[in-house]
Amino acid sequence: MTTNGHTYTLKVWRQPGADRPGRLATYTVTGISPDLSLLEALDVLNEDLIRKGEDPIAFESDCREGICGQCGIVVNGVAHGSKLGCTTCEIRMREFAPGSTITLEPFRATAFPIIKDLVINRSAFDRIIARGGYVSINTGAAPEANAIPVARDLAEKAMDAAACIGCGACVAACPNASASLFVGAKVSQLAVMPQGHAERERRVTRMVAQMDAEGFGNCSNHGECEAVCPKEIPIHVISRMRREYIRASVKSVLG
Amino acid sequence: MSDPAPITLDPRIPEGPLEHKWDTFKQEAKLVAPANRRKYTVVVVGTGLAGASAAASLAEMGYTVKSLCISDSPRRAHSIAAQGGINAAKNYQNDGDSVWRLFYDTIKGGDFRSREANVYRLAQVSASIIDHCAAQGIPFAREYGGTLSNRSFGGAQVSRTFYARGQTGQQLLLGAYGALMRQVDEGNVTLYPRREMLDLVTVDGRARGVVARNLVTGAIERYSGHAVILATGGYSTVFHLSTNAVNSNATAVWRCYKRGALFANPCFTQIHPTCIPQAGDGQSKLTLMSESLRNDGRVWVPKLKGDQRPPAQIPEDERDYYLERLYPSFGNLVPRDIASRRAKEVCDQGRGVGPGGLSVYLDFADAVKRLGEPVIRSRYANLFDMYHEITNENPYQVPMRIYPAPHYTMGGLWVDYHLMSTIPGLFVAGEANFSDHGANRLGASALMQGLADGYFVLPYTIGHYLAGIGPGAVADKDPAFDVAERGVREDVSRMLAVNGSRTVREFWHDLGRIMWNKVGMSRHEKGLSEAIAEIQSLRQEFAKNVRVSGAEGDFNKDLEFAGRVSDYLGLGELMARDALQRRESCGGHFRDESATPEGEALRDDDHFTYVAAWRYRGEGQLPDMQQEPLPFERVHPSQRSYK
Repeated sequence: MTTNGHTYTLKVWRQPGADRPGRLATYTVTGISPDLSLLEALDVLNEDLIRKGEDPIAFESDCREGICGQCGIVVNGVAHGSKLGCTTCEIRMREFAPGSTITLEPFRATAFPIIKDLVINRSAFDRIIARGGYVSINTGAAPEANAIPVARDLAEKAMDAAACIGCGACVAACPNASASLFVGAKVSQLAVMPQGHAERERRVTRMVAQMDAEGFGNCSNHGECEAVCPKEIPIHVISRMRREYIRASVKSVLG
Repeated sequence: MSDPAPITLDPRIPEGPLEHKWDTFKQEAKLVAPANRRKYTVVVVGTGLAGASAAASLAEMGYTVKSLCISDSPRRAHSIAAQGGINAAKNYQNDGDSVWRLFYDTIKGGDFRSREANVYRLAQVSASIIDHCAAQGIPFAREYGGTLSNRSFGGAQVSRTFYARGQTGQQLLLGAYGALMRQVDEGNVTLYPRREMLDLVTVDGRARGVVARNLVTGAIERYSGHAVILATGGYSTVFHLSTNAVNSNATAVWRCYKRGALFANPCFTQIHPTCIPQAGDGQSKLTLMSESLRNDGRVWVPKLKGDQRPPAQIPEDERDYYLERLYPSFGNLVPRDIASRRAKEVCDQGRGVGPGGLSVYLDFADAVKRLGEPVIRSRYANLFDMYHEITNENPYQVPMRIYPAPHYTMGGLWVDYHLMSTIPGLFVAGEANFSDHGANRLGASALMQGLADGYFVLPYTIGHYLAGIGPGAVADKDPAFDVAERGVREDVSRMLAVNGSRTVREFWHDLGRIMWNKVGMSRHEKGLSEAIAEIQSLRQEFAKNVRVSGAEGDFNKDLEFAGRVSDYLGLGELMARDALQRRESCGGHFRDESATPEGEALRDDDHFTYVAAWRYRGEGQLPDMQQEPLPFERVHPSQRSYK
């Protein structure tokens, strides 16, 4: 199948380390089947580079089916590429015209420093979750699962928000590099579920404070985040986060 | 080398009737007082369901925890990709479920090659897992009245599977990850992401820590503790193409095996029946379509060999719904091993469909007619979308094409009832151990086992162990750490120095082909012997001719993979050896020589009712096999029937 595949030009961001300069390098890949994924085409290119004794392109991926959130490349100027609702690893080569040029760059944001080439450090997301992206319950302390009914549509709404994979495309696409969609998704899930209510004020206050401390920008309603989100997390999670935040602020003043 | 002393494998199963064993253990276990727990450090390797839940639970209790993972964040562990659901004996559907029935289904599903006591405990704690996960705010599917929904999964005649759309693993993992991050925030867990464990360190015969490579800087680092938990997943990537993530690997378990931990039942691997068929040569993984699809999808092939007509043009009476025909009572929901084997069989008969005749149809036309497309969409939208994305075919309009692929490994490091390996202080949880699934795992049982081990078993058994050894200081200055670190450095330098002509991926590809063809869905004496010889020669070639690019002190994926593939070459051979010695068929292990006239797996209980636990005896030496007999006190192994 690969023998009669297509040829593409790949322009790839190469940068040896966070404090070293980077540049776009140009490569040609041949024999690429339209059924291959974009990342598999990069695998093919890397095999070539290794055989030639050159440094392969550093990029990350894991599940290669759009759920782990590990991959993330700006493809032709769009985080995760222009196809809606998919991650970088889900892009197939049939999306690109044979012979075309594909430009690959890392997700860029102050809070996501580059490690090497297309690999970035997203540990800021972990630190935000650590400040409240959970229900504080110890193992062993749970009541019977059906003791707390949850209306079906609420569970569905919570699931829509909980689908976030933490990839960071929302940050990469936002002109302000805001993490509001990411934070809003977790805040919304746990604001909707009754299990999250006991600590909703503490949660939103602490998570928002950490988001600011990490150097993410403010949300100014561009909506780019929703457009690139591979899980199509709706932007109204940000409004809910704001409502939760205001609610917490008012409550802290009025008691 | 002289004959080594045989090891008596003591599974340390508590006395008393099956129903009371776990209570007996808990009542008799030693405890560590709350104020003393912080003096004990536990090193947890892996942050999937088992690792994250264990790390979080131990930290909640007050232990000091070091948590290592290979990804950039604990949330990426491959548990995240589990789709269909998690079993629990809640009997919410009033359809006759019970702890006993879940236990029995699991023992039978595993073809009577697992330990009664472990499986019974798993069924007992299953209900607590659902309670805990619901309390974490996990958005499980609900009924209109607000109670939890269930769906059916293979190998059971009750509905006991809880789910969150097709993303159950993701939601459960994010719950455990949240719990873990809360403990990070409270200062009880220190997180070490992007670290790959490369050796286990033992001092005076006890596990005292690990040596790991920092995947960003290349630094070799030491992590010491009073106990080590390995929760590093399975080894399906030995097959190269599998449903596992590309970074899933066997290095941690393999290096512990080389340090003396016994490896149990390595040949027990699960080939999952419903995966998207391979499309081309450069493919890096195979994508699973959840077993839950078999609730509504009907599996069929044309009756006629080589029938090239499009599926819609094949009339009903010229189709063979072979699972419904062969297994009228379970139909399309037979266990995975059986569904996979039958798919291979019809393809071998020349009745397979799609390119190369290497797939079968999974057809939703009847379900769409009966329930309407919106209902099907609400149940499986993300799976249908994923399928459409990958194959460019719309499964609402044409049947899916599926084929089996390596998915899960029931084998793993040998553990006793405490989940402790043969190395004191080394505990193994989740898919990395061998304990609960025998020769075949039922759907929706992996999530259950990972979380059972981490949330509800290890917190008790580790406490018992730690109370026994006392909180004495553990120093990473111990000479044992020097030795392990030196070994790791030498390994890394050696691989980089070969500078041969074949890439790491080429070797992996070659190994995968040998494993799939000769140690895959059906195995026989001749093929297995050939596989061993071929793997050995591939391994020799790897040592002389591999080309690993880049430098040691850098972010270097090629180097990471080189270490993993080098370990697969050892493990692949061990899998073939284990398959060769087990001259019976059971579950996912099918020996052509041992089949019933109907083509079902034919066990040989008189000779093989044991766990095969392999011991490493040094480079170039044959491993030896120890047996742990499996006495069945409560269930009577029978010919598995799903007819």
